[in-house]
Amino acid sequence: MSKLNSAAELKKFRQDILAGRDADKLCVTICLGTGCLACKGDKVHDAFVEEIRRRGLEDRVDIRRTGCHGFCEQGPLVVVFPKEICYLKVTPADVPEIVAETLVGGKVVERLLYAGPDGRKIVHEGDIPFYKHQTRLILGPNRLIDPTRIEDYIALGGYSALAKALFVMTPVEVLDEVKRSGLRGRGGAGFPTGTKWETTRNAPGEPKYVIVNADEGDPGAYMNRSVLEGNPHSVLEGLIIGAYAIGAHEGFIYVRQEYPLAVANLTVALEQARGLGLLGDHILGSEFSFDVTIHRGAGAFVSGESSALMTAIEGRVGEPRLKYIRTAVSGLWEKPTNLNNVETWANVPAIVSKGAAWFNGIGTEGSKGTKIFSLVGKVRNTGLVEVPMGMTLRQVIFDIGGGVSGGKEFKAVQTGGPSGGCLPAGHLDLPVDFEELDKAGSMMGSGGMIVMDEDTCMVDTARYFVRFLSEESCGKCVPCREGLKQMLGLLDNICAGRGRDGDIELLEELGEVMTEASLCALGATAANPLLSTLKYFRGEYEAHIKEKRCPAGVCKDLIRYYIVPDKCQACQICARSCPAGAIAGDKGLVHVIDQAKCTKCGVCLEVCPSRFGAVTKISGRPVPAPVAAGTKVQKRK
Amino acid sequence: METITLEIDGKKVETAKGTTLLQAARKAGIDIPTLCHDDRLAPYGACRLCLVEISRNGRKRLVASCAYQAEEGLVVRTETEKIVRIRRMIVELLLAVSATGPLQALGQKYGLKESRFKGGQPKCLLCGLCVRYCAEVKKNNVTCFVGRGIERDVVFLSDLSHTLCPVCRECLPLCPSGTLYSLYLKGYNGAPEPGSNKGV
Ligand SMILES: Cc1cc2nc3c(=O)[nH]c(=O)nc-3n(C[C@H](O)[C@H](O)[C@H](O)COP(=O)(O)O)c2cc1C
Ligand code: FES
Ligand code: FES
Repeated sequence: MSKLNSAAELKKFRQDILAGRDADKLCVTICLGTGCLACKGDKVHDAFVEEIRRRGLEDRVDIRRTGCHGFCEQGPLVVVFPKEICYLKVTPADVPEIVAETLVGGKVVERLLYAGPDGRKIVHEGDIPFYKHQTRLILGPNRLIDPTRIEDYIALGGYSALAKALFVMTPVEVLDEVKRSGLRGRGGAGFPTGTKWETTRNAPGEPKYVIVNADEGDPGAYMNRSVLEGNPHSVLEGLIIGAYAIGAHEGFIYVRQEYPLAVANLTVALEQARGLGLLGDHILGSEFSFDVTIHRGAGAFVSGESSALMTAIEGRVGEPRLKYIRTAVSGLWEKPTNLNNVETWANVPAIVSKGAAWFNGIGTEGSKGTKIFSLVGKVRNTGLVEVPMGMTLRQVIFDIGGGVSGGKEFKAVQTGGPSGGCLPAGHLDLPVDFEELDKAGSMMGSGGMIVMDEDTCMVDTARYFVRFLSEESCGKCVPCREGLKQMLGLLDNICAGRGRDGDIELLEELGEVMTEASLCALGATAANPLLSTLKYFRGEYEAHIKEKRCPAGVCKDLIRYYIVPDKCQACQICARSCPAGAIAGDKGLVHVIDQAKCTKCGVCLEVCPSRFGAVTKISGRPVPAPVAAGTKVQKRK
Repeated sequence: METITLEIDGKKVETAKGTTLLQAARKAGIDIPTLCHDDRLAPYGACRLCLVEISRNGRKRLVASCAYQAEEGLVVRTETEKIVRIRRMIVELLLAVSATGPLQALGQKYGLKESRFKGGQPKCLLCGLCVRYCAEVKKNNVTCFVGRGIERDVVFLSDLSHTLCPVCRECLPLCPSGTLYSLYLKGYNGAPEPGSNKGV
C-alpha cells in the first residue's frame, strides 16, 4: 500500500476498489462478532472455505468475515449476497447444503430462514421484524465490512468525511457543524459534543489530547465492543476529524483488556490507516498530523469515568478525582483533553458528510440521531438494537424485541446500566431520549436495556445492582462507599425477611444523600436502582418487610415449596429429582416436602408435570401442616 | 498577590487568589467540619463533610470546600438545611465505622445519639490522611490503599515499614479512627516492633 496524498487520490483509490468488484457476484458473509464466534461462527466460516474450494467455486464466490450484525441470539448469522438471503443459527453441517442449494442452485434453504411468531419465513435480513423497525446508522455497515480490510470501509465511502473536513472545511467549521447537529455524548451523561470540543479547543495549553472511551464496563452491554470489532475505522475516522477540529495531534483509545478482538481489529485498522496516509504525519498530504495509541484498561467499571480513565492512562490507579476544573480544560497530564464514547465518535463522519441538518432531522427536540441499545433479559429477540431517539419503550421491546419471552407478563425495564432505573409497564409509552428517561427516574446511560417479567423481584433486582456498584465503586468517598455498604446490608436484610419498620425511609434518606454528596457520578447515580424501584414498586418492599412475603416468589428466605395434597398424583418425579432428598413419598402416596431439609432450589416445581401442578410456592403465610404419613393420593378421573 | 472578594454566609471575605473556600471561610472565622483535610496535603475531597453551597448566576451547587478555589463574586453558604442533612447522614455512616472521639464530637454537633446503621469493631475510616501524609510529606509511600469499593483498605508495606516506620511514626497521631496503630503492627506479623517502647 502506498500513501494517499490528496483527496483526489483517496477518491481514485475508492473507484479502483469498486471497479474491481462485481455487484452481482455471489458473496457469503459470515458474522464473526463475539456472539457468533461463541456459537462457533469460525467453524462455519472454515466449512464454507473448505466446501467452496472442494467444489472449485473460488472464482465465483467471495467469502467475507464481518463484525456483529446485532441479532446475536440467532447466530451464527450468514448472509448471501447479492440477494441478501439471511440464514440463522447456521452450523458447519448446514454448509454443504447452502453451497449446493443457494450458491450453485440459486434456491433458498427454507429451514434456515427466520420464522416469525406466525411461522411465516423471511428471506431478507432487513425484513426480519428485529431489523425492520431499526435505523442502523452506526451498526448498519457492520454486515458489509470485513473489519480487517480498510478497503471495505473505503468502498462504502469511508474517510471521505475526513477528506472533506481537511480540504473543504476549517477546524472551526467542523466544530460548528458538530455543534449544530445537536450530537450529545453516548457515554452516559449526554453532554453536547460540539460544546465539549469547543472547550478543549479554546482551553489554554498545548498539546491537546483526544480520547476514545471504550471501557464499557456495564454488565451485559456490548454495543461499543461490536462497533470497535466490526467497524473500527468509523470510530477512527471520527476521532481524526475531532482531533482536527480541536487541534490535537495525539489521541488514545482506552479499551478494556477483556476485548481482545476489539484490540486486534483496532491494531490492524491503525496500521492500515497509517499505511494509506490516513493517520500519521501529513494526513492525506495535508498540513494536519495526528496519531493514536491504544491503551488497554484493566477492566474496572469505575475506570470508565473520565477523570479515572485519564489517571489510568497516566499510569496510576484509575480512581476518579475532583473535577472542579473540567478534564476538557485540564485532563491528561493536566492538558486540555477531549474524551468521547465510541458511539459518539462513530457518529461524527456521517455528520460531516451529510451535514448537521440531516442529523438534526433524526430524533427528538433535545436528543438527536440514533442510539444503540443492548436489549437483553426476558425478551424474545435479544441483541443490539439501534433506533432513532424518541422511539417508545414499547416499540423497542415489543416491535423489535418481539415482547416478553415465555408468554409471561411484562413487569419492568431497566435502562441505563447498573446505576440506571427500573420503569414499570405504565411507562412503556415513554419516548426514549435523554430528558424523558431522566425525568422518569432512570437514565440513558450507555444504552443497557434489560426487560424483566412477572417472575422478577424488584427488591432483589435493586440489591443485585447495589452489590455490583458496591464492588465496583473506587471506595474513595464516604457517601458512595459507606452508603453502598449500608444500602446493601439493608437490602440483604429485607430480602432475608429481617426488614424492619423504618428501613424504607432510611434507605430513601440515604439514597438522597448519596446522590447529592458523592464525589463522582458513580456515587451520584448509585442510588437510582433503589430509588426507582421504591418509587414504582414500593408495595413490593412493604410486602417483604411487613408480611415477610416476596410477591414474585424469588427471595429464597421468604418462600417455601409445598405439595398440594389434593393435586399430587404420586408420579414420584419430584422425589427423584430433589437434590436434597427432602421429599418423602411412595407409590400411591401423597408426597411431602421436609421443610427443614429443603434448600429451595425449585427443581420440584420445575419437574412437576404441568397437568398436575401440585408443587407450589408459598410466601407470606405459613405452610399447611403436612398430611399424615401414608396418606393415599386422590387419583384423578 | 491578587486578592479576590467573595461572600460567605453573608459576610464579605477577602482572600488571596488560589485559596480554597475552606481556607477563606476559616480565615473569616467560619467553621466548616472536615475529616480528610490537612493543610499540608493536597485536597482529597473524600469525606464530603466540608460540602458547601455555591451559587453563580442563580445556579446552585454543592462543592467540597477543601478543594474548590475561591472565585471573585462567588456566593457561598456553609450551612443550609440540606447541608446539615447531608452532614448528619455522613456522620451517621462514619459512626458505624468507628465511633471514636472526633466522630462522637461531630455526632453531638449534628444531634445524633447513635447511628441507625450497623457497625462493629472500630475500623479504618479510609480518610487517607496516613497514606497521603506518607506519600506527599515524607515521600515514603509505606502506607497504601488496597482493594476497591467496600473492600477498600489501608495496609503498611511491610518491607518498607520495617526500615522506615520506627524512626518516623508521624502518621499515627493523624488517624481519626484510632485503628492505624493496629494496622501498623499487622505489618510485623506479631514480631516485636523495634522501638515499641516509644508507645503512641
Ligand atoms: C462510573 C462511571 C463509569 C463510566 N463508564 C463509561 C464507559 O464505560 N464508557 C463511556 O464512554 N463513558 C463512561 N462513563 C462516562 C464518562 O465519564 C464520560 O462522561 C464519557 O466517556 C464522555 O463521553 P461522551 O460525551 O461521548 O458521552 C462513565 C462514568 C461513570 C461515572
Ligand atoms: S455476533 Fe453475530 S450477530 Fe452479534
Ligand atoms: S474535608 Fe473536604 S472532603 Fe473531606
